[in-house]
Parts: sequence; structure tokens; C-alpha cells
Amino acid sequence: MEIDVVQWSSAEQSQGREPKQNGKPHFYDKLIVESFEEAPLHVVVFTYMAYGIGTLFGYLRDFLRNWGIEKCNAAVERKEQKDFVPLYQDFENFYTRNLYMRIRDNWNRPICSAPGPLFDVMERVSDDYNWTFRFTGRIIKDVINMGSYNFLGLADKYDESMKTIKDVLEVYGTGVASTRHEMGTLDKHKELEDLVAKFLNVEAAMVFGMGFATNSMNIPALVGKGCLILSDELNHTSLVLGARLSGATIRVFKHNNTQSLEKLLRDAVIYGQPRTRRAWKKILILVEGTYSMEGSIVHLPQILALKKKYKAYLYIDEAHSIGAVGPTGRGVTEFFGLDPHEVDVLMGTFTKSFGASGGYIAGRKDLVDYLRVHSHSAVYATSMSPPIAEQIIRSLKFIMGLDGTTQGLQRVQQLAKNTRYFRQRLQEMGFIIYGNENASVVPLLLYMPGKVAAFARHMLQEKKIGVVVVGFPATPLAEARARFCVSASHTREMLDTVLEALDETGDLLRLKYSRHKKSARPELYDETSFELED
Amino acid sequence: MATATEQWVLVEMVQALYEAPAYHLILEGILILWIIRLLFSKTYKLQERSDLTVKEKEELIEEWQPEPLVPPVPKDHPALNYNIVSGPPSHKIVVNGKECINFASFNFLGLLDNPRVKAAALASLKKYGVGTCGPRGFYGTFDVHLDLEDRLAKFMKTEEAIIYSYGFATIASAIPAYSKRGDIVFVDRAACFAIQKGLQASRSDIKLFKHNDMADLERLLKEQEIEDQKNPRKARVTRRFIVVEGLYMNTGTICPLPELVKLKYKYKARIFLEESLSFGVLGEHGRGVTEHYGINIDDIDLISANMENALASIGGFCCGRSFVIDHQRLSGQGYCFSASLPPLLAAAAIEALNIMEENPGIFAVLKEKCRQIHKALQGISGLKVVGESFSPAFHLQLEESTRSREQDVRLLQEIVDQCMNKNIALTQARYLEKEEKCLPPPSIRVVVTVEQTEEELERAASTIKEVAQVVLL
Repeated sequence: MEIDVVQWSSAEQSQGREPKQNGKPHFYDKLIVESFEEAPLHVVVFTYMAYGIGTLFGYLRDFLRNWGIEKCNAAVERKEQKDFVPLYQDFENFYTRNLYMRIRDNWNRPICSAPGPLFDVMERVSDDYNWTFRFTGRIIKDVINMGSYNFLGLADKYDESMKTIKDVLEVYGTGVASTRHEMGTLDKHKELEDLVAKFLNVEAAMVFGMGFATNSMNIPALVGKGCLILSDELNHTSLVLGARLSGATIRVFKHNNTQSLEKLLRDAVIYGQPRTRRAWKKILILVEGTYSMEGSIVHLPQILALKKKYKAYLYIDEAHSIGAVGPTGRGVTEFFGLDPHEVDVLMGTFTKSFGASGGYIAGRKDLVDYLRVHSHSAVYATSMSPPIAEQIIRSLKFIMGLDGTTQGLQRVQQLAKNTRYFRQRLQEMGFIIYGNENASVVPLLLYMPGKVAAFARHMLQEKKIGVVVVGFPATPLAEARARFCVSASHTREMLDTVLEALDETGDLLRLKYSRHKKSARPELYDETSFELED
Repeated sequence: MATATEQWVLVEMVQALYEAPAYHLILEGILILWIIRLLFSKTYKLQERSDLTVKEKEELIEEWQPEPLVPPVPKDHPALNYNIVSGPPSHKIVVNGKECINFASFNFLGLLDNPRVKAAALASLKKYGVGTCGPRGFYGTFDVHLDLEDRLAKFMKTEEAIIYSYGFATIASAIPAYSKRGDIVFVDRAACFAIQKGLQASRSDIKLFKHNDMADLERLLKEQEIEDQKNPRKARVTRRFIVVEGLYMNTGTICPLPELVKLKYKYKARIFLEESLSFGVLGEHGRGVTEHYGINIDDIDLISANMENALASIGGFCCGRSFVIDHQRLSGQGYCFSASLPPLLAAAAIEALNIMEENPGIFAVLKEKCRQIHKALQGISGLKVVGESFSPAFHLQLEESTRSREQDVRLLQEIVDQCMNKNIALTQARYLEKEEKCLPPPSIRVVVTVEQTEEELERAASTIKEVAQVVLL
């Protein structure tokens, strides 16, 4: 549908209002509801104090270890290489040795079943304060999974609908042993690429074997020296690596802040390259669809308006939003009711909503042809494995409804319902939640490092719920958080169990920092207020 | 005492003022006034003197035209039309509709269509599904991954191993985890593209030495030693690394590892060895170059290989001492920020490893086949064989190249196409011409696998001979 976007002013940042050309209502008209509440002052003070005390103890322990008073459990350099330049500098590893090591058991937890809504976690204990672990042999069964990126519930153990994958595995095997340019392009890849292009409603698409590598190997092919990259503050490491490897100049704008982006664009177009004042060859804006650490959705309409005005190119990384956002799961462009042809480069991964692995880039045919010839991945890296490609084909057909059922669409809608229910209940309880109300990644702020560890351990051991906690350096130092991934395969009972557990844990650990007023009459919430309105 | 001298100086000064000539006083007065004026006047930068008006800015924005996002690609570009393989890329491969014998896929041990490997992958598919839905740190670690890491460490006789979900990302993430800005890396000119990208991401000083030339490397190391003596403080914190490949992808030659180890201890540099082509190929049990030369594996700091060649799976691994490998669990970007390897591929790799351990005889068979075809391809007029006689992936280059690379590429492509017509599937070695640091000359890559029979090898050699004679007349 035609939308006159030139009338947008950058002042309308947090509201999604726009004159409609026809009377069809859609998400675009609704207010974009985001919240990034600030912590109360005492919490911030205590957090920094905690890190300060941890650091002091760290220095003390390092001193003791250095002088041999305390046994050092870490691995050491070989005797023969003792006079080489040390491989690691002491302070580089200070944080790892002294702070991370204390709470290390909350990460890298091994599981031994499919990452569905319930999974089995292998129990492990440590006899020497997390330096080494051993498995007790016991398996904690049926833990509720709030950590895996399984948005549509398509990553589950084998059932009859996966028969095509079994057949492909038996015919094609697992490996490919060649690159796309040489002997590694299978007919399965061509089928998959056509289907991805159809799904996204664009002209062409190309698939790659790894999502991370899709960014780091294709951004250098698109931009080079003399180009400008405007990248969001909180972009994923793969985007940052791709931007650095390209050799272009990188400027960072504040997270999701259209004014900051506009200022950078104006300066770039008016003043050109620094010192030489020559015009930039091209300007590429790098954003993500949904930011997984913040739970925010990109302000796409405003960015598209800016892009058109300043003639820049837009690259969206839809790793967390494809399949999860939008009325039929087509991503942020559908969520805002925009035409996917307006975005120059649509990139995404198949790991999250499709339960497979790999990435894709889609867009106009000349873009994809160029990447077929010049992408680093097409020339030097192995192509995607056939059973993985078949799983993606199966998932795409399922979501698009090409397998003859409407289950795919139902799952997308169930995910949206679950997300809004979960977020609303958490906010009612008084936790600080970041992000957009429609983003299925829910960060819950914990702030203090001690509470981070206590939360994760308590939820697993007492309540049998697996949560993911994240701290420095993936998040700012004082904003450690727990991150929940809502899935379409979570039933209402599972979500209620989790919410009850969170309620109790929140009271136990005093996590309910939010200062917003709680609803006076909570009993009035019923099913209908969480339904989608269309 | 002090006050008396002070007073005396003050009296002197006042007297000097009275006695100074008038022009002197006036000059000094003007100077003082000038200084005061300069102090209070506004400073300005020469560049910013012209401030643009709003209207001019809008005009500039209107006028600016960027380059198109991608330059157009001609429809008949040789790289645009891929060879499409229908069905599995195994020994008998169907390329563009024709059934050929596969001399192009790196399926060295023929495990791509081994029924045991497929059964193991199927069992894993039934239990775990396909994807892992998360990076290793967030419930993406499956027991299969831990198993595979254990088995690889035991097989290579090192302390620890770490797996990556993509072969290219393995060495490209391992190098920047250790080598940072300010460190020095000595790397061979013929290093593959993944190593080049890893070095670029690390932002270290790169020093290239001539391919397999230990004298050149020693020269560079000596120069660095002289530099160190000038600035010993900096030298004490600058790490040095030597990055080499076991069997080079671009030339098919082997690196002289014993001399490298000697240089390592003499000049105190650490060795990173990339064994993608030599893992599962060289050595009595397939352990790679270290077993081939009989070197203690602890002498090599890091061995990195991908599982996409001999192990017929997807992904890569690094192995070495725990002191070295454990660091990558928090600083390897391709490990921490990327989803883990799908369990069915890990299970396939474990089964392939089992097969390798059970029949160590296949490595000798492979070596014999390589030697056979290497000998058979000698003496073709116009083409020369580049690579060791025991290397399963070697190159055929033009003996006399025409001046232009395009012409060479076209000739070689003609040879490849005609071989394809005669049911031998070959491919040219592909490079990104503008991105490679030291672009290798155009060549045809021939890959030997255990599954090829002697007749097929003979047939391939004679086909290539015939076709070369026709094309390169």
C-alpha cells in the first residue's frame, strides 16, 4: 500500500501515527509502546558497590595466588615456553578470573534433549568453586525452557512431519565438501532460495551456511573504503565485525534514536569525508529488526523516511524478528505494514524461528546476483548441509501454509498472544522490563551480580525453569538482566507456572524495582484483552 | 637579607623606568596593549570560516548522488552460473544433468555417503531434532557437542578441543582471539582466505614470508629481533605468532614443520597450524602433519582444522592445551555469538571419527592413489602439476601462461568443460581476485578420494591429457 512517508518528522519518535491512504487499519496506526525504565538510585549504588567489592577481593586473591599462598587452579603455560612473551595479559583476564568464575555455572549448561518448550538439563556440580565441573549423572527432566530461541516451536524432537528430512538425509548425506562456486551448489539450495524469496515477497534470495558468517562475509562485499556505515549502538557482534572487515568508516548512532541518525546523515551528506571533503561513495545504515538484549523493535517507518530523504541504503538484520514479528511472521516490514521492496538488503538467520541453522540475504535480483559472484562465503566457505536446508524448506512451507494447514499462521498468532500476556503480567508484578510490547524477547533487569547468580540457580534448582542471564560485557556493567524467550509452543499453564515462580523469586530476591503504579483491580484482566485486534 | 635585595631590585626597577628613553617605553606599552588585545579577541579556525546557510545545506542534500548499492554484473559472468548438482555430491555425481565421476569435492575418505555416518545422523535427528536454537552459552551445549570435543581431543592426543559451527569461522575467530593490535604475525604468502580474514580482524602487524621459504622467515625474525633490542620494554609485551597451513589449499605443498619448530624455540614465537587439508589424510593414523613428521603435538600451540573435508560433516575445531584453547570459549567470536553446531552434524562427525579409528589402513590407500594419479598426470604438454605427490588436493596450472589472467581462466574452463562432457567432474580453483593478498595463478583443482578405483584414476588422467592436447594446441 502506498504510504506518503515524506510527511514524517523525526519528532514523532515514539508514536506510530500516519495519515492512511485507505481505511484499512493495521499495526502501523497503533502507538509503538516501548519502555526503558531507569533503575532507582539505591539499586545503581549497590550494583557499583558490589562490583567494587568484587574487584577488591579479586586483587586480594590475585595477590595470594601470585605469592603462592593460595593454590592456582587455572591452566598454566608450558615449562619450555615460560620465557615466551605471555599469551594473555593479566588484566585482560582479571574479570574472567575473579568475577565471572564465581558465577560461571549459570552459563554453558549442557542439555540432552531437543530444545523444545520442555527440555532435560544435565546436572553438574563443582568441587573447586567453578574451576572444573563434573557431571553427577543425574538429569533434571522436563525443565521449562525460557532460554532457547525457539519462537515458533519448530525445534522439537522428531515426529512424522519431519519424514522429508529423514529422506533427504538418506539420499544426500550430511556434508557437502565444496563451496558454492565449485561443486557445492545442490538443487536443494536452489529450491530453498526460491522459497525464501517467495516467503519474503522479494525478487531473489541467497542462503549461506552460518548466520554469523552471513554478516561478516557479505557486508565487506557491499561496501568498502570510501563508504560510510551508520550502525546502531547495540548492533550484534557479527554486524560490527562485518563493518570493520569492510574497511569503510563507521559512525555509531544512539540506540533506535532517529534524531541521532538524522544528525549523522546530514553531516555526512553535507560535509563529506573528513579532511578531504569528498563526497561519500555510499552510505549504509545497519540496524536490526529486534534487538535481543533490549527487546526493542527498530523504528522502521522513521528510518525509511530518513533513508529516502538522504538517499542512503538500509540493511536490516532480522535474526530475531523473522518469523516472530508481523501478523503472518514476515518480519518488521510486515509489522509496520511497509513494502519489503523499500528495504535494500534484508538479512536474517534460520536459527531462531525456523529451528535450523544458516542465514540468508534477500532483495533485488541485481543485489543477489552481485553477492553470488562476490560474496566471500560463496567462494571460500562450504555451502549449507542438505538436511538443514530441508528443515528450512519444511518450516517455510509450514509458516506460509503451503502444506495445506493453517497451523503455521496459528503458531505466529499464538506467539504474539503469549508475548503480550507474558509482558503484561510481568509489568503488573512490578518488574522492570525493557523493550517493545510485541517483542518476544523479554529482558528482566536484575542489576546486581549477586542476584544474577542467585536468580539463575534458584530458578533451575528449586523451580525447574531454565532461564538465561546476561551480564557484562554483553550488557552495560550496571544492567545485568535475565532474558526470557517466549515461544509459541509454551502453553498457558507453562507460562502461568513461570509467572508464579517469578513472582515468588522476585519477592524472595527483592527484584520488583518498578515504580509504576500497579493496576488497582488486577482481576479485571481476562482473555479478550490479549487478543490481537484485526 | 632577602628583603633587602628585593627592595634593592624594586628601587632599581623604578629608577630604570625613569631613566629609560621614551621610544623604549612607548614600544613596550604598545606591545603590552597588543598582547591584551590578542588575549581577548575570539579565536577562529580557518576551515570553519564559511558557515553554510540552511538553504545551501538543503541544496547539497538534494544534489548528492550516491553510487548504486551494487555495480551491475554482466549476465555471462563466469561465476554467476553455478554448476548445479542434483542429488548427493558423492563419488558418482550428477552435475548439470550429466553423471560424472567426482574429482572436485573434498570427500577424501569417501564418508559423504557412508551408511554408518548417515545412520548416526538419523539417530541424532530422531532424538534432538535439527537446530540447537541458541549459542553455546545459552542452552545450546548438547551432550553430543561435549562428546565430540572429547573424542577429537583424545584422537589428536591433546588436552582439549573446541568446536565451531562453520569451517571458515574456525580459524577466522581463533586468530583474533589471541593476536591483538600491536602483536606481530608471520604468515606464509600462500595462506588461505580464512586466515587472511582472521588476520585482518585481529588488526595485528602482518609480515608475509615467501611460500615455504624458511630462510626468508628467519630473515624476518632476525629483523624483528633487532627491532626488539631497540625497544625492550615494548618487546616484552608484544606477542609473536607464526601461522602456517599443514597442506596448503592454494598450492598443495606441505609446510616444513621441523624447521618451524626449531625457529619457534629460537625466536620465541608461537605456532598456529591450520590443518584443514591434512587432518584425516597425513600421518599413520590420520592425525595430520605432526604425526607425519613425528613431532610432539605439544610443540604446536594451536591446531585448527575444519570437519568439512575428511570428516564429511560441517563445522571446524581447534585443539591444543587447555591453557590455549580455554580462552576461546569466551573470546572466540564465532563460538560465543553464534548458534552451536546442529547435533545431527556433530553425531555424523563422531561416527566418521569412529570409522577413521577403526580402519587406519585407508590413509595408506589414499596416499597410494594420490601417488598414482600424480605420476600419471606428469608430462602433459601445456599443464604442470603443482603439489606434493601425497597431497590429495593438487593443482594443474598452465605451463606457459598467456599474458592475461582472463585468457588463462577461459582456457582452463574450456578444459574443465570438455572433461565434464567426458564424464569427469573437475573444477577450477576459485578466488576473489580483488580481495586476495597474493593471488595464486589460475589452476584446475584435482581431488583424489579413497572411493576412486584405479581404472577411474587412469581414465581421468588420460581424459585430461587428451583434452589438454586439443585445447592447448
